[in-house]
Amino acid sequence: MKKLPKTDVVVIGLGWAGSIIANELADEGLDVIGIERGPWRDTARDFNIGTVTDELRYVMREELMLRTRQNTCTMRNNPSQTALPMRTWGSFHPGNGTGGAGNHWAGITFRFQPHEFQLKSHLTERYGADAMPAELTLQDWGTTWEEMEPHYMQFERVAGTSGYAGNLNGEKRAGGNPFEGPRSGDYPTPPLRQPYGPTLFAQAAKEMGYQPFPVPSSLVSEAYTNPYGVTMGPCTFCGFCTNYGCANYSKASAITTVLPALMRKENFTAYTNCEVLEVLTDSSGKKATGVTYVDSSGDTWEQPADLVIVAAFTFENVRLMLLSHIGEAYDPVTNKGTTGRNYAYQTANNVTLFFDDKNFNPFIGAGAVGMGIDEFNNDNFDHSGLGFFGGGSIRVTPIGSAPIGYRPLPPGTPKWGSKWKRALKDNYLSTMSIGCEASSYTTRTNYLSLDPNYKDPHGRPLLRITFDFAQNDLKMAQYCTGKVAEIAKSINPREMIVKPMTGHWSSVPYQSSHVVGGFVMGADPSTSSVNKHLQVWDVPNLFVVGASAFPQNPGYNPTGTVGALAFKAAHAIRTWYLKRPGEMITA
Amino acid sequence: MKKRAKTLPGVTRRQVLTWSTLGVAATVTRAADAVSLKGSPGWTPFADNPPETFDQPGWLFFTQEEADTIEAIVDRLIPADELSVGGKEAGCAQFIDRQLHGFYGTFERLYMEGPFQKGTAEQGDQSPLVPQQRYRQGLAALDRYVQQTSQKRFKDLTPQQQDALLAAMEAGKVHFEGFDAQSLFIEVLNNTMEGFFADPIYGGNRDMASWKMLGFPGARYDYRPYIERHNEDLHLEPISIAQWKGRDKP
Amino acid sequence: MKTLNALSAALLLVASVGSQAQPEYDQYARGSYLATLGDCTACHTTDAKQPYAGGVKINTPFGVLAGANITPDRETGIGDWSYDDFRRAMTEGIGHNGKRLYGAMPFTAYTKMSERDLQDLWAWIQTLQPIHHEVETNQLPFPFNIRTSLIAWNWLNFDKGTFVPDAKKSAEWNRGAYLVQGLGHCGTCHTSKNFLGGDKDDRFLSGSVVEGWYAPNLGADAHTGLGKWTQEDIVSYLRTGVNRYAIASGPMADAVRHSTQYWRDEDLRAVATFLKEGKTHDEEVPQPLAASDDRMKLGAQIYEAKCSACHSPGGRGERNIFPQLAANPLINQPDATSLIRVVSAGSRGVDTDARPTAPAMPAFSGVLDDEQIAAVLTYVRNSWGNAAAPVSASDVKDVKDDMK
Repeated sequence: MKKLPKTDVVVIGLGWAGSIIANELADEGLDVIGIERGPWRDTARDFNIGTVTDELRYVMREELMLRTRQNTCTMRNNPSQTALPMRTWGSFHPGNGTGGAGNHWAGITFRFQPHEFQLKSHLTERYGADAMPAELTLQDWGTTWEEMEPHYMQFERVAGTSGYAGNLNGEKRAGGNPFEGPRSGDYPTPPLRQPYGPTLFAQAAKEMGYQPFPVPSSLVSEAYTNPYGVTMGPCTFCGFCTNYGCANYSKASAITTVLPALMRKENFTAYTNCEVLEVLTDSSGKKATGVTYVDSSGDTWEQPADLVIVAAFTFENVRLMLLSHIGEAYDPVTNKGTTGRNYAYQTANNVTLFFDDKNFNPFIGAGAVGMGIDEFNNDNFDHSGLGFFGGGSIRVTPIGSAPIGYRPLPPGTPKWGSKWKRALKDNYLSTMSIGCEASSYTTRTNYLSLDPNYKDPHGRPLLRITFDFAQNDLKMAQYCTGKVAEIAKSINPREMIVKPMTGHWSSVPYQSSHVVGGFVMGADPSTSSVNKHLQVWDVPNLFVVGASAFPQNPGYNPTGTVGALAFKAAHAIRTWYLKRPGEMITA
Repeated sequence: MKKRAKTLPGVTRRQVLTWSTLGVAATVTRAADAVSLKGSPGWTPFADNPPETFDQPGWLFFTQEEADTIEAIVDRLIPADELSVGGKEAGCAQFIDRQLHGFYGTFERLYMEGPFQKGTAEQGDQSPLVPQQRYRQGLAALDRYVQQTSQKRFKDLTPQQQDALLAAMEAGKVHFEGFDAQSLFIEVLNNTMEGFFADPIYGGNRDMASWKMLGFPGARYDYRPYIERHNEDLHLEPISIAQWKGRDKP
Repeated sequence: MKTLNALSAALLLVASVGSQAQPEYDQYARGSYLATLGDCTACHTTDAKQPYAGGVKINTPFGVLAGANITPDRETGIGDWSYDDFRRAMTEGIGHNGKRLYGAMPFTAYTKMSERDLQDLWAWIQTLQPIHHEVETNQLPFPFNIRTSLIAWNWLNFDKGTFVPDAKKSAEWNRGAYLVQGLGHCGTCHTSKNFLGGDKDDRFLSGSVVEGWYAPNLGADAHTGLGKWTQEDIVSYLRTGVNRYAIASGPMADAVRHSTQYWRDEDLRAVATFLKEGKTHDEEVPQPLAASDDRMKLGAQIYEAKCSACHSPGGRGERNIFPQLAANPLINQPDATSLIRVVSAGSRGVDTDARPTAPAMPAFSGVLDDEQIAAVLTYVRNSWGNAAAPVSASDVKDVKDDMK
């Protein structure tokens, strides 16, 4: 193996988190190398407007996603089973290449709420310790809303997020989300204009006494130039959004908002098509010395660095930590160890409404255009006596209706033949659905580990996911979806399909890419892997940044928080760590 | 010595300058053979990333017998009626043929390491067979079954007989030697639907038949003038990726 | 050596650095800025790690020339040149030992330079790292490779002499004139050429095809020139690469990236002042094609499906990222070479410190054939206040063939 000259910083992964941190540290004057296992992505070449409108390629064949042949996970619902590989993606869609999953995401950009960051303490205080379901392993994050807020603001300003603040410095504003934490500034761009479905839903919700608001969207509503001087174009509601790259620079991602500025910096170099094999530490195990990676011709290199940032998405963050023996691997039987514990997901529910007399023009859409309500999310409602905690974000976000995947059919419709065709034609334009993206609370047996049977092309064990929905979450799903059904009923559809999450987590149908946890943040090293600065306990020059840090998942999309954590970590490094390198940050 | 990005012959000095800030395509900076990038990217004229399509005529994967069977199946899954042409005329069989000929047919992008073992329903498809094998073996098993039970080929059964068999396959009520009938049905149904609804560039959905039927406007990208026209019929003619270039026709 | 009159001297000091610094350092700083103004690097630097070591291939209609190594290397550069050699090369087109330079070295423009600027530039060149790099500058085929033919060429095409300010105009205008006619050498691309490759002097900045692009009319005409441009449009384009009409790409991307984005504000404003008071060139303003024309109808369909998402309905564009196409003089040039090129082959806008985005036009020749590209360009060129000659499929084919 060849050893390269030492650099100040090596960043693993050039998606949202990696690009943000690399840019911040390059601004600090450090020499930064970003290592990305996938290819360079260019909007005009790779998302050429002439060919990007291709559902087969980008949705069915998963063009932008990590190829499972390069790397995948194994999964099982509980430790008594043998995990088997996900040979094709279904439930979630990991990204690849510069920009990562940020290139094909939906763009929904919520902030988590203040109580989320002290979830365990908050629920215990409000409902009493006895009310906490025994199966759950909820934790506090070790940080607070006040510490997070400026970094949420930073991320939204880089991404150009469109929305309307419901709580501006404590002042509640009608039309915004009344449940959001107090924001220091409004969204950088105004909310998107809405198609029919969301406005119909919002009206119905309002009539029931709820307070609908435009879903915060990083598909920007107008041409926007961010603090780096990088400009985005406005969303055109093309309906080829989630799972696709954006042809007109409207979907915020590292490639449209950060990398154009970062690449121009003399002290930054990007290596693409290079897969990091492990993080190296010295003999004490308390100091990272760099990484090894294999390039596209198969050669292995050692890249020494003074500071190592791991920002490779939840799964690869945790797998690299396991492969590199950082922290003790979590064992669900003994409940010992921290690397891999508290893995969570998202509980996806929806209600489909069939009409005869409405045309939703469902092909007009985008991943984050929509209206939502938060009355039944997280701890926004009184859970006394309900037997569960958590909730979901209820929203109508029509993402488009490309017809291989979008074929809404009433229950009992055959799947082929003339009757099928007639039902499809009759319902295609006149169906809408209300989603409820709900919380996923951690349990002792939901965790990540190395698979004992299956390996990647470099001979390293695949990551093994052991996950099933907590009983708590299934109860919550029933309750919240019931509330959705009430709203749906008030709109008078011809018929409805009410679909709360039930049974076991299946890896097959798409639900959400919001996989979180496994290398969580907290104040207590015995139950967390990183401190509130994303700094690895006892390995001060190693930071692991991403949704891997979430100790559980609330009923919100995670990317806003991932971006905020990236800025938070960068801030801590710039203001504290670099002045006292080699020390755990105690501020 | 820096290797320059590949240029077109006769390229002018200004195009060269545009690229020189980017060490793309094998800049050997720190001797790593990866693509090491610094600076703002240049532009290679005609740079593009088109889809994988095949324009050669004729069957690229199916034998004629297989093609006959598949064409008959797709025509029952999507029959010709007052709403649209049938799956055969829509090109669904051509679509499947080309998919099997390409990266999809060999699962080139998928993790196909063993050990292969059947898992729970939640663990999804664990078959070691790639689509080329599934079709080859599956259609052979189907044909054997039809031959044994009716002394005919599938294509020569009446539409009602074909429907009945397909329904039985779908319900798991029929057993084929050598291949699971229900799996075959699901496989063919999925690919047939893909072919019926995908962009015509892939060989199916000829003349955008399915999109015209549904009212899906296809490869459009700017709905800003229409988004606030709620509950209105917009009468947007569908457009396909290559409709002007005329590459839709297989 | 020309004597400077007091006005010239005053003008040329307008942009100079303050006088507190060491005189030598001052001079190097001025010289470095002059090299930026003149964009010497464009033809004299191939490898950023070997600045000014020459080797850049320049395609002329007569064949290939290469920019010389102008580092002070004695063997392969200009290390054995005197100041007089340098001045003669820059102002007369005659190099060391009487070797005549081809007009690709724009001495026809640099001849305008003042004595002091030449001295400053020379002083700065001496500070460059000498780099040993052999360059064969004359790669033209016979008979063009015979340098003595330049005697006649110069007689026909070359007006020697330093810039003489116009006393009736403002100091700012004169500074702009000095830059545009001299160091900026804008006419080298933007002035139509005669059959010998010399400038048509009466057509100064009227537009010209150069290296597969069309350098547009920079005269004061409203329809095809800078008549509709504001001062801010000009300054913004040169400083940031972006204005409402365009993002600099192709050859101007290089000029902005290496040169104009670093010009001082007052120099950019001077250029804008000079250009805005320029001559018109009797532009032709045709009648726009009727919307019922078949090409317009096809073009409208293609525009809605492929172009509108960025350039917006009605061609209004989006601020700082997608140029407006409506009533855009750049769309109305008689020669559509640049438009054909960016639509069929794509193109990336320049990245500057002020505007780093560098978005790119995608290449449409994968999904549109020549006739369709011609139709959509014809449509754009005749809609929303634009009126210009239609584009034909063979026009498109010619441009694409040239690029192969």
